[in-house]
Amino acid sequence: MFYREAGDFKTSYAEDNQTFPIKFDRYRYWLVLAVAYLVIPFMINDYWANAIFVPFLIYAIAAIGLNILTGYCGQVSLGTGGFMAVGAYACYKLMTAFPDVNIVFHILVSGGVTAMVGAAFGLPSLRIKGFYLAVATLAAQFFLVWLFNKVGWFYNYSASGQISAPERFVGPFAVTGPNAAPWAQYMICLVFVTVCAVVARNLTRGTLGRKLMAIRDMDIAAEIIGVNPLRTKLTAFAISSFFIGISGALFFAVYLGAVEVGEAFGIQKSFLVLFMVIIGGLGSIFGSFAGAAFLVLLPVALKFVGSDLMGWPTDLVSHLQLVIIGALIMFFLIKEPHGLAQLWRVTKEKLRLWPFPH
Amino acid sequence: MNAMADSYVTEDGRTIGGVLMDLREITLRFGGVEAIKNISFDIREGEIRAIIGPNGAGKSSMLNVISGFYKPQEGEVYFRGALRPAMKPYQVARQGIARTFQNIALFEGMTVLDNIMTGRLNYMKAGIIKQAIWKGAAEREEIENRAHVERVIDFLDIQAIRKTPVGRLPYGLKKRVELARALAADPKLLLLDEPMAGMNVEEKEDMSRFILDVNDEFGTTIALIEHDMGVVMDLSDRVVVMDYGRKIGDGTPDEVRGNQEVIDAYLGVAHD
Repeated sequence: MFYREAGDFKTSYAEDNQTFPIKFDRYRYWLVLAVAYLVIPFMINDYWANAIFVPFLIYAIAAIGLNILTGYCGQVSLGTGGFMAVGAYACYKLMTAFPDVNIVFHILVSGGVTAMVGAAFGLPSLRIKGFYLAVATLAAQFFLVWLFNKVGWFYNYSASGQISAPERFVGPFAVTGPNAAPWAQYMICLVFVTVCAVVARNLTRGTLGRKLMAIRDMDIAAEIIGVNPLRTKLTAFAISSFFIGISGALFFAVYLGAVEVGEAFGIQKSFLVLFMVIIGGLGSIFGSFAGAAFLVLLPVALKFVGSDLMGWPTDLVSHLQLVIIGALIMFFLIKEPHGLAQLWRVTKEKLRLWPFPH
Repeated sequence: MNAMADSYVTEDGRTIGGVLMDLREITLRFGGVEAIKNISFDIREGEIRAIIGPNGAGKSSMLNVISGFYKPQEGEVYFRGALRPAMKPYQVARQGIARTFQNIALFEGMTVLDNIMTGRLNYMKAGIIKQAIWKGAAEREEIENRAHVERVIDFLDIQAIRKTPVGRLPYGLKKRVELARALAADPKLLLLDEPMAGMNVEEKEDMSRFILDVNDEFGTTIALIEHDMGVVMDLSDRVVVMDYGRKIGDGTPDEVRGNQEVIDAYLGVAHD
C-alpha cells in the first residue's frame, strides 16, 4: 500500500546497487534533506539548537563512527569518549596554532589525527577479541583522558586546565565562540553529518564494507578468501576514529565551547555512544541516527513530561531516565539485537503488504 | 618425478595438463602427534583429485597445509612450478587457491550476493577515497564484479535467493553458496572439504554435477575430500588414500580400489 514496488524494475547493476533502491524511499530521503537544509535553519532558536539539534547531529556522527567499528567490523570499543577527546584537543591546538586557517579544515584534520590515534589503539585487536578487546579500549579511554589532564601543552597551560574555543568564521558567519548564531552552529553540524553519512554508507556498501562484515561474521573464513585481518581491523579503527574525531571536534568547538576533559569526554560518553549504537541498530547507518535521536530526545522528553507537566522533583526525573535507558538496553539486547533500524525494516516489510498481509 | 610428466586426454575428452601443485615429503606435527607423515603427491592442471581415508587419517590437515592454514614442519610445496615460501592464508588465497569448509564457513549476517561478492575481493583494487565517494574505479569495479558474480549465481542456479541473508538458508543451499563464493574468485585450484557431507542423495547428485561442470566448463583444477566412496570413484581422475597420516595408495580409482592396503584400511585390519 505505502510501498509501490510493482513496476520498479532494475535494468542495471548500478540501479540495483543504490542506497535506496525503492523509489518511495528515495523521495523520502530527499524530503528529509530538504526540510533539514531549507526549513529548520529558518525556524531554529537557541533552545532547539542547543537542547536537540546540535547534540543530535554531533552524536549521530559519533554513532556512525562507532557503528562502523562495532556494528560492521564486530570490534567492541569503549574508547569513544577518549577518541572524541583526541578530536577536540587536536581541534583546539590547531585553532590556536593556526588562527587564519578555516575551521572546517581544522575539524577534518582533527579527524585525521584521531584516525591515527585510533589505529594505534586498534593494534591489540589482532590478538584479542570481544570482551577482552573492550577492556583494552577502555585503557585507551582512561589513558587519553589522563593525558589531556596531565600534559599542559594540550590545553596551552591555561590556569583552569580547560580548553575554550576562540571565535572562528565560515565566510562571514561565526560558527564557534559566544557570538555564533544557532542556525550557523546547526548548519555546520548538518553539513558534516550529511557528508559523513554518505561517506560511511558508500564505504560500508562496497568492498571495504564486505571485508569488515566478513571479519565480523567469521574471521577465519575471511582470511581464507584473501582478507588481511590486521589491515582490515586497523582500517576499521582508523575510519571509525576519523568520524569520532570529527564529532569530538564539533562537540568541543561548536556545541560546548569550553571543555574540561574528564567531564565532557569521560567513560559515560563512551557508554552513551555505545548505547546509541545498540539501541539504534548495529550495522546500520540509519540506526546510528535513530539511536542518537532517541538518546538525545529521551532526557528532553522526560524532563518535559516529568518536571514541566507532572511537577516531579528533578532528581527523580534524572534517575528515572537512567532506569529507562537501562531497561531499554536489556530489552533491545534480548528482543531485537539489531535495534530500532530492524524495527523500522520490519515495519516497512509490513507496510508493503498492508492492509492485505496475505 | 612423475611417470606421467606430459599432458594427456582422459576417456571423456578432458585434457589434463602438467603439474599444478606438487607436495613433497610433507610432515606436519602437533606437539608429539604426527598428523601427516612424509607425504608426497601432486595435483595436475585440470584434474579432479580426491583425498580419501578413514576418520582421523589427516585429510583435512593436508587441505589446511595446501591452503596455508598449517605450516608443515618438513617438506615443500611447489605451486605452478615455484617453491612456495611460508605464507599467510590470505596470501595463499591471492595466489588463486580457493576452498570450502567441512563445517560451512559463510558470513551469516550478509546476503547471499554479498557473500559471493567477497569471493571477488582480490580483484577489487579501488582505493578508500574512491570507495568513499563511490565514483570512478570503485563504482566500475562493483558493477564489473557483480556481473561476474551473477554468472556464478546463474551457473549454480541460486538466483532466487540472491538477496536473502545466508543465516536463513537451509544446509544444502548454504553448501552451494559456499561453493559459489569459492568459484567467484576464479581459482586456479579449488579445494573442497567434504562438499557432500550431510546431504541426501538428490543433493549429492546435484553437487556432483556442479563439481563436474565446474571442472569441465571453467577447466578448474579441483582437490576434494569426500567420504562417499561411490561419489569419489565416479568423480575423480586420481585418488590419494591416507591412513594414520601416511599415504597408502595413489592412482586412478580402479588402481586404488584393487590396492590391498586400502582395502585393509577401510575394512579395519589390525595395525602392527
